[in-house]
Amino acid sequence: MSLVTTILGRLIKAVITLLAIAVLNFFLIHAAPGDPAAVLAGEAGAADPLFIAQLRERFGLDQPLYVQLWSYVKNVLTLDLGYSFRQGMPVYDLIADRLPATLLLTLSAFIISLTLGIAFGVAAAARVGKVSDSFLTTLALLFYATPLYWAALMAVLVFSVQLGWLPGFGYETVGSGYTGLARAWDILQHLILPALTLGLFFMAVYMRMTRASMLEVSQMDFVKTARAKGLSEHIIRRRHILRNALLPVVTLAGLQAGQLIGGAVLTETVFAWPGIGRLMFESLEARDYNTILGVFLVSAAMVILFNILTDIVYRLVDPRIGAKT
Amino acid sequence: MTFWKRFATNRGAVIGLIILIAVIIIAVLAPVIYPGGPWKMVQRPFLVPFTTEGLPLGTDTLGRNVAAGLVHGARVSLLVGLVSTVMALLIGVPLGALAGFYGGYVDEGAMRFTEFFQTIPNFALAIVLVAILQPTLGSITLAIAIVSWPPVARLVRAEVMSLKRREFVEAAHLAGLSNTRILVSEVLPNAVSPIIVMASLMVATAILLESSLSFLGLGDPNIMSWGYMIGAARTVIRSAWWLSFFPGVAILITVLALNLIGEGLNDAFNPHLKKGRT
Amino acid sequence: MSEAILSIDDLTIDLPAGADRPHAVENVSFDLNKGEILCVVGESGSGKSMTANALMGLLPDGVTVGKGRAMFDGVDVLTLSEVRKQAMRGARIGMIFQEPMTALNPLMRIGDQIAEVFAAHDLYSKAERRARALALVKEVGLPDPDKIIRAYPFQLSGGQRQRAMIAMALALEPEILIADEPTTALDVTTQAQILRLIIALRDDRGMAVMFITHDFGVVAEIADRVIVMRYGQIVESGMAQQVLEAPQHGYTRALLDAIPTGRVPELNAIDAAPALEIRHLNKVYRTGGGPFRAAREVKAVNDVSLTIAKGEVVGLVGESGSGKSTLGRAVVRLVTPDSGQVLVGGVDMAALDASELRKQRHRVQMVFQDPYASLNPRHRILRSLSDGPIAKGVPKEQARKRALELLEIVGLGADAATRFPHEFSGGQRQRIGIARALAMDPELIIADEAVSALDVSIQAQVLELLAELRRKMGLSILFITHDLRVAAQVCDRIAVMQHGRLVEVGAVRDVFHAPKEAYTKELLAAVPGAGWTSDKEDITA
Repeated sequence: MSLVTTILGRLIKAVITLLAIAVLNFFLIHAAPGDPAAVLAGEAGAADPLFIAQLRERFGLDQPLYVQLWSYVKNVLTLDLGYSFRQGMPVYDLIADRLPATLLLTLSAFIISLTLGIAFGVAAAARVGKVSDSFLTTLALLFYATPLYWAALMAVLVFSVQLGWLPGFGYETVGSGYTGLARAWDILQHLILPALTLGLFFMAVYMRMTRASMLEVSQMDFVKTARAKGLSEHIIRRRHILRNALLPVVTLAGLQAGQLIGGAVLTETVFAWPGIGRLMFESLEARDYNTILGVFLVSAAMVILFNILTDIVYRLVDPRIGAKT
Repeated sequence: MTFWKRFATNRGAVIGLIILIAVIIIAVLAPVIYPGGPWKMVQRPFLVPFTTEGLPLGTDTLGRNVAAGLVHGARVSLLVGLVSTVMALLIGVPLGALAGFYGGYVDEGAMRFTEFFQTIPNFALAIVLVAILQPTLGSITLAIAIVSWPPVARLVRAEVMSLKRREFVEAAHLAGLSNTRILVSEVLPNAVSPIIVMASLMVATAILLESSLSFLGLGDPNIMSWGYMIGAARTVIRSAWWLSFFPGVAILITVLALNLIGEGLNDAFNPHLKKGRT
Repeated sequence: MSEAILSIDDLTIDLPAGADRPHAVENVSFDLNKGEILCVVGESGSGKSMTANALMGLLPDGVTVGKGRAMFDGVDVLTLSEVRKQAMRGARIGMIFQEPMTALNPLMRIGDQIAEVFAAHDLYSKAERRARALALVKEVGLPDPDKIIRAYPFQLSGGQRQRAMIAMALALEPEILIADEPTTALDVTTQAQILRLIIALRDDRGMAVMFITHDFGVVAEIADRVIVMRYGQIVESGMAQQVLEAPQHGYTRALLDAIPTGRVPELNAIDAAPALEIRHLNKVYRTGGGPFRAAREVKAVNDVSLTIAKGEVVGLVGESGSGKSTLGRAVVRLVTPDSGQVLVGGVDMAALDASELRKQRHRVQMVFQDPYASLNPRHRILRSLSDGPIAKGVPKEQARKRALELLEIVGLGADAATRFPHEFSGGQRQRIGIARALAMDPELIIADEAVSALDVSIQAQVLELLAELRRKMGLSILFITHDLRVAAQVCDRIAVMQHGRLVEVGAVRDVFHAPKEAYTKELLAAVPGAGWTSDKEDITA
């Protein structure tokens, strides 16, 4: 199967999945206690029966359920995610506004966690049983057990409040008027703490996986073949063990994408990072369900996109997949 | 070597077990240790730890005893962790077992369903579920179970698929045993060890999830939990660090203990993996 | 006297504490001469592979050389520094392994894996490495060399991969080639080709070959000299002919006696009534397939008809992928055929619905290949033996009593009943497997490679048991095997299968002495040591 047909297949699947999530959203609104119109309006309309009645008419809430479902799904397909009465803005605009910050944060965290995780995993596997291996695995075990939001708070406390090294709040210095490189530098400084704390947990995950995978692959027959050829341990590790050991890590990285988004909600909440995670938290406090569901849908779309990307990477690395004739 | 002896050779796992037992005892005895409950105001707010007799961890923004909060918070963490894991197993094990055992369309259908739930970002789904169903102990537990079962289903499916091709299972077919009996008495008992390992790690993850939800304000408003304590103290981190510090340590230690136990169980179930094959 | 290129002197290899014995190899001394093929023979656990690994400096973790020397070109290779060992490996001593499927890096092209040998020893330019890789691929007889060097391992067959391995091992023209069971995982015809290739390369290059095997047939085929090992010690050594024809040590004699030979058993009087009638059976496997591509079809069983009379043992032989296992599994309905009939005692097993099938299952039972997978590790033996009869309706007490009887019959004793499978050896488990099949009182037994996983001496015992049971109980058996020698020993008739079809069916004597089909002739010619066993036992008489 060629790469193009695979991607095509995956895209079709992605659309189906998103439709299913839209349907799930729809039923969640109706499963919520109380009037769906009130749910949609959130706290904004809670007190005003007239407003609710208007909503009911506007969204066809007096029509049969399947008609409502159809119009809801149709709206989602046209990227109409509804209106946030709380914020006085279409949900789509709200999310589009916040999305870049989230992408910056999650991708930075992803790259940090993957590079450090693989590097430490390889290092630990190469020194298996030694003190440095125990140190790294213990560290990974600790990060793995640390609540993300708590790590974020402690990072703010230590590096921002106590030491004053880095800003612990926001996306850039408000009212600084920086432009160009100066602004980029300012944003980078703001990015470091959130990206590191978000990456920490995932670094532990990738490190454990890389270490285990390296150790497993190093037991395989072809590694012995490589030794019998007279290759140096260094080349064996890099060319034979590492490349094979990375396959399950790539798979895992794809599966972890959803976790990364979840982690972003917590990290953005603590660091007041103006992304869709923070938007979700704000909407929770405001009971702005329409926005919550919109963020949910968009984050699922991001995960799906990311999964397709990891799929492509996997295919490029492993000749066995897709080449079978 | 017996299973327990192998488990006991793993120092980390034994430490984890001791910690977990301690946390369980504390949770069970919470009403005895602090009969007043966690919500009662006992002193003036913002008392620094280790300064006041009877209030070793100080007081919070409303003058409540932080130590009492921690002790009572252990209950909800363990309860939600355990119950949601059992629920996730009740969904994931049968689904995975049927998919793996029967294959074909059953497998196709079950796996599409599982894949769907695995694609959805699970913490975001948990937030949505709890927010819409209203935060109660029940809805939180349910939400965590709903986002946690897919890995169980996949694991069980993979185990069952590999076991059902084993010759002893084919022999059971030839002996004329029924499918149900083969699945229940020949296949599943041999898949128990990886399920137990996964379950112990799932309890840890569930505790983290519960605390994260509570941190975001999605905890049951009537129940004291570690995540809620950290969330409530978030805004005063500059002036009262201990309010977020101690509950976080409590979560960290409990989750760490469960992870250590999980690793110990894994090593004990698969003794040949650890030593390396010869 | 030829010149020794490698002299091993008093080699002892220590196993880690807690192993079942202190030494993998103990006080072993032998020479490897220039240009000769030396076969090191032994059953599993004899220490033959450990010896080879020690020479290469590739011992598993925890296993160490206790004492001894291995002098090669004036230096002791056992005490070389890691750097010098690296320089020696591949360049002066090459090695090939048993499992061609896993011995190549799945993510690297064949050409790159060969060229890597040159790179490891800092030889030649990139272009030259490639040219040499291509030449090697040609030399080891791989088809379409230009395509092969760009292929990944998964695109090659087992035999092709082993050729690629040999190309790598020979890239730098080493003086010694160590071959660790290189043909054990291959089909007989492929095995014969690889053996011929190794002999031809030895003749061309004059290298010494240390060939490790468990198979005396292979020894007869290629060995100049032989060393027989057991429990880490050499029990006998000598020129190949001498060891094969006049073995001195009892163990060698026992091993040689245990080898199934081409000796054809006497024809048994066969009851005319059929125990099994297979009529026009078909099974097609479709793999892959999806919305964007067509499925691939393999006719695993293609219009096969075969009859087994009551009390008859029919051997079903063929290479891997011939469909013989699918046929056997279709007879017991572990596989449902697409069309055709499988009549056992007048019941068409192929046509039964699920609930009816369960009631009729007892008619055909199976003895499986893998003794370690064929018993539920969590059930005591008694339960494994009595669950089936009880499900069939036999009263509990009676089923248990019968199980104990059967354990006696297969030579284990009734006290085996209360134990778990892990307490038994492979051969013992296979006996339990036979008892389990008998417990159902079947009309027909399918033995699917039932002795293939066993060491040759154990194999002989299990075959002996089957022959005895057959005499006593008049069993009808479909004996599936890849090993013609085994088939000749226990069967009345032989059916040869290739690409899903039965190409030839006949009495053992006829098939062996006067094969009609070209493929049967090819198979017979490929049996390792065919010439030797026929000289010895005279199957053509």
